[in-house]
Amino acid sequence: MESELVIEDLECVYKKPSTLTDTPLHYCPGCGHSIVHKFIMEVVEEMGIQETTIGVAPVGCSVFAYNYMNVDMQEAAHGRASAVATGIKRVRPDKFVYSYQGDGDLAAIGTAETIHTVNRGENILMIFINNAIYGMTGGQMAPTTLAGQVTSTSPYGRDVKQIGYPLKITEMIAMLPGAYYVTRQSINNVNSCRKLKKAIRIGFENQKLDKGTSFIEVVSNCPSGWKQTPLETMTWIEENMFPTYPLGDIKVSK
Amino acid sequence: MIRGTVIIGLEVCKGCELCISACPQESLGLSTHINLNGYKYAELIKDNCTGCINCAIICPESAITVYRQPKPARKTTPAEVTG
Repeated sequence: MESELVIEDLECVYKKPSTLTDTPLHYCPGCGHSIVHKFIMEVVEEMGIQETTIGVAPVGCSVFAYNYMNVDMQEAAHGRASAVATGIKRVRPDKFVYSYQGDGDLAAIGTAETIHTVNRGENILMIFINNAIYGMTGGQMAPTTLAGQVTSTSPYGRDVKQIGYPLKITEMIAMLPGAYYVTRQSINNVNSCRKLKKAIRIGFENQKLDKGTSFIEVVSNCPSGWKQTPLETMTWIEENMFPTYPLGDIKVSK
Repeated sequence: MIRGTVIIGLEVCKGCELCISACPQESLGLSTHINLNGYKYAELIKDNCTGCINCAIICPESAITVYRQPKPARKTTPAEVTG
């Protein structure tokens, strides 16, 4: 092995988590989904809960999440991932259950399921990838699309008088008493990524406490849908997404 | 200076350049060649890597493995370094 000759006196400090499969990811270059997949699986590996974790995959770009995450996975109907996760958690309360959803899934078609899951205080972790667009179907306008943002179905920018304002579902569900931990993180640079990983860790740890729903919104990117390079999307997130979706913990219960 | 290096999965890399912008040492660059999938891939262009794992944390494809000098720092003779 050529690579081992070069590094024989160095120790390995970072490698791909063993809980990720070797399947090549189908995501576009620089997509935030791949980064979040990696952090979830790193947390699963660090906590040693690969055998006792069940994930729920959504519909959207991350519909094939079960191909990459080497834990038990269940595919849900569009928007119903939190409802499916509720069922799994109620039947197997000893398992760590998380749902992984995008903004078209969680904040559009699955709004009712999301709100009622959190309102019931289901003891699950919900991970919400918000890239302000329907990435899979060709970059159409989503409920989370920013005011004035140009998409393929709003070529002159989102007109808030006609179509409404960006849906801040994370703030909405933070008001519900069933929510235990609600936070908004991003993937725009390395520091944000480290904070995101800590938040995911807290979300999994909270399931041991049985206090309520943990909800993590990830302000993510969509290089293909936004028609930008991956590096441009990271600056675009900082300049345009953060004023509408400010980062930080929204609700941390004691 | 702490010595480190990275091994990049050339066939996994999609050339998104996030690692290149994340590297504080500017050790990484984009290749002039393409891999089997048709992407230019990231590669180590300078020998000043410190093994800070920034590139590996942000790499979407988990293509980067990072190696670093173990602590406490091991004293190496020039012969060992070159050998």
